[in-house]
Formats: sequence, structure tokens, C-alpha cells
Amino acid sequence: MSRIMAIFQRELSGYFNTPIAYVFLIIFVMLGGLFTFYIGNLYERGVADLVPYFTYLPWLFLILVPAISMRLWSEERRSGTIELLMTMPISVWQAVIGKWLAGVAFVAVALACTIPLWLTVNYLGSPDNGVIAVSYLGALALASVFLAIGSCMSALTSNQVIAFVLAVSAGFVFVTSGTPIVLDGVRTVLPEAIASGIASLSVLTHYDGLTRGLIDVPAVVWVISMTAFWLFATTVAVELKKAG
Amino acid sequence: MIRFLKDRMSALLELNSLVKRFQSFTAVNGISLEVPAGEVLGFLGPNGAGKSTTMKMAAGFLTPDSGSAHICGVDVAEKPELARQNLGYLPEGAPAYGEMSVSAFLKFCAKMRDLSGAGARDAIARAVERTELGGVLEQPIETMSKGFKRRVGLAQAILHEPKVLILDEPTDGLDPNQKHHVRQLIRDMSADRAIVISTHILEEVDAVCSRAVIIDRGTVVADGTAADLRKLGPGKGKTSSLEEAFRHVTVPVTTEEKPHV
Repeated sequence: MSRIMAIFQRELSGYFNTPIAYVFLIIFVMLGGLFTFYIGNLYERGVADLVPYFTYLPWLFLILVPAISMRLWSEERRSGTIELLMTMPISVWQAVIGKWLAGVAFVAVALACTIPLWLTVNYLGSPDNGVIAVSYLGALALASVFLAIGSCMSALTSNQVIAFVLAVSAGFVFVTSGTPIVLDGVRTVLPEAIASGIASLSVLTHYDGLTRGLIDVPAVVWVISMTAFWLFATTVAVELKKAG
Repeated sequence: MIRFLKDRMSALLELNSLVKRFQSFTAVNGISLEVPAGEVLGFLGPNGAGKSTTMKMAAGFLTPDSGSAHICGVDVAEKPELARQNLGYLPEGAPAYGEMSVSAFLKFCAKMRDLSGAGARDAIARAVERTELGGVLEQPIETMSKGFKRRVGLAQAILHEPKVLILDEPTDGLDPNQKHHVRQLIRDMSADRAIVISTHILEEVDAVCSRAVIIDRGTVVADGTAADLRKLGPGKGKTSSLEEAFRHVTVPVTTEEKPHV
């Protein structure tokens, strides 16, 4: 456990040791505001809630979370430090968890930077703060899934750009697999059971409930199983590719 | 039998017929070695002979295709975390987290070695003193010269006073004074440890190694003290220079079997 914490701390302070962290936080908050006020029409809707923000958040995460996850393993492989790390008394899964947790903590910091939005809607009216709190939790859970996918993609290559592109592509598949465009296409060639199976893997299917303040069992199962699966896949990828 | 057991007990590092293939290329083809406490074993051989691959398998970074490695009697592949507690390893090129300062890096390494509080402070202070890093503790590692980076790598390898030290080219990139210093350090640490160093510098064998093996195309072609190796030169039993001996055993001049000590 102390070793997982050591990895976690090193990785998290690694973000803040470089300008990347600050650039990321500024862009994240700015784009969040843009989606909420201009595209989401927060004022024109005349409703004091953060639905405009949370509706667009998966798309923001789709691009920005891979920017956090891309370095997790690629950088270790490129610089050769993976050889140092993997000859210390730590197992691969401990290192995978420590690094992933650092990414989750960083996204938590980024989400915390958007709290002024929350304060704004409280100033403008009286929103259901319980719903907003659940939405924030849901957003963090969603980011955790994206980070687990991204860490796996990062373990597959020593090139951060490739890791980024792979993670965005994989994330895109999971976001869009619940949309009619994809599902209608699938239904024309495959049985309904498979189509609904694909839909149940989708980000949006589960995320929508959370933005309405609904924590249901399928969503929790989805978050836990997706995260566990992709972290397991990361462990396998690190084992297989560490020497390459 | 008793003698056999005793030998096994005293060998802190033990490699048994290690084999590693990369696709069709066999990098290491059946290397067996025993390194007891008090021995500094020099790993010599041409580039691509399999030195680093062997060291990576001994350290548990690469999984051998067959054969096994034991550190202090613990199988590296079966119980990697336990085995690595007794291992200090300097990988080829001395990689380190560039954006970290030397002190932050060593603190991280101490935590990974379950050292905390006063224990960690003492261990770091000792390693810093031995590798003469006192003046650059707050400097980011990526801004340092090759020689300093190498010393940072050495510092993390000796931090936890491991029983087995595997150092891949520990003196590469150091100036003559630093080389002298690192050799001194290795000699000082050798008393109750098993140390393996790989090197291209043959004079290092005389300077620090109590024994040396020459590896060529994945197999051990010579094994012995510096004096033993000198006898393997072209002069048929007459003492030649280490360099001559090295060239003689690693360049296949005849189809005869290569000499073993």
C-alpha cells in the first residue's frame, strides 16, 4: 500500500512539476465555461442547474483525459525508467493502480476548479445541489473509466502522441456506441440483443442518469467493471511490452 | 552433498541456464553463474553479446524463456517482490525521472524500499555521501551531466544496502577521477555482498573485479580471475594482455571449441 502511495505521489507531483498541469487546468475550466454559457445556453434556459455543463462534459473528457493519461506508461518506456520501476519490489498491478489514481486525483483537482460554476447557479437561483453533487461524482467516475482506457493505450506504446490518439479513438467508440447513429447501423446487421449489449457499454447510457442525480446499479456496475477491465488490460500490456 | 549445499547457500546470486530469445534471435543461450558474497564479478563481452539481457533477467525485468535466477535463494520469477528487496540494480544508461530533483528522486526510491522517517533520511544521507551528490541535491536530474546521472543511478541502487548489486556499466560517462571513486565505492561495498558489473573497459577487471566472465553470442566463453583470462590469449598458455585474450576468445578464429578455464 505504501508503495502504491509512493507511485501515486510521484506521478501526481510529476503533473505539477511541468507546465502541462496548469495549461490543462486553464483550458479545462475555460472550455467548461464555454460549453455551459454559449453552447449550453445557461442563461437563456432560465433554469438554475448545471445540466448544460454536465451534458457536454463527456465530450470534453474525451479529448482532455487522454492528455492526462498519455504519459502514464509511454514516458516510462521512452525514458527507460520502467526498468527501474519494475525492478523495485512492486508488482505491476500496484504500479498500474498508483498511476491511475494519480490521474483520477488530477481530474478531481480539475473538476474542483469548476466549483465557481456551481456557486454561480446558486447565486442565480436555487438549484438542486444534491443532483449537482451526484453529477460531479458521476463526472469523476466517467473520467476514471477514460483514464483506465487511456492508461492501457499508454502502456501499448512508448510514443505519447500515439497513446493520445489511441485513447481518444477508444473513448470515442465508447461514447458513441450508445447513439442512434451507431445502434441503428448495428441493428440492421446484428440481432437486437447484441445492439442492446453494445448500448449498455456506452458512456452516455449510464452517464445521463447520473446527471439527473440518479445513482443506479447498472451505472455503478458499468463504472467498476469498465475500470477494472481496462486496468487489468493495462497490467497485461505493461507485462508484455515493458521490454520492447 | 554438504559442500554442495554450503556453496548454494553462499551464492547470493545464482543464474541457472538462462535462455532468452527475441523472435528468431537467441540473445542469451544458457548462461549459468554463481556469485558468492565478497565477489565482484566483471561481465565482459562485445556489444550485443547478451550482457545487458542477462542482467535484465537476473534483475527480474525480463522473463527468461527457460532457466531461472535466484537472489539470496529466492526465485526472481516466482517471488519477484521478495527477491527484489535484496537487489540493487543500475539499468543500462542509468534511467531516472528527469523532472525530479535528486533529493525527491531518492526520497521516492526510499519509499519504494519501505524506508521512512529517520531510516530513510540516514539511507539517503549515506548514499549521497558515497556517490558525492551532496552539491546537487535540489537540481532536476534532466539538467545534469552524464556522470552525475550515473551517480544518481548508483545512489538509488545502493540506497537500501542490498545484498546483491547488479550494475550495468556503472562507470560509463564518468571522468577518470569519478571512475576511480566509483571503483573504490564498489570495492568498499563488496565485503558481504555479491556484485556484478558489466563494462567495456578491460582495465576495470584489474581495478575492481575478483573474477570476470567473457560472454560472446549469448554464452560464457571464459570465466576466471584476471590472471586466468590473460592465459587465454593467442600465446598458448603464455600470459598476454587482457585485450588480446578478449579478442582471442570472442572472435572466432578457428572452428575449434572456445577455451574455458
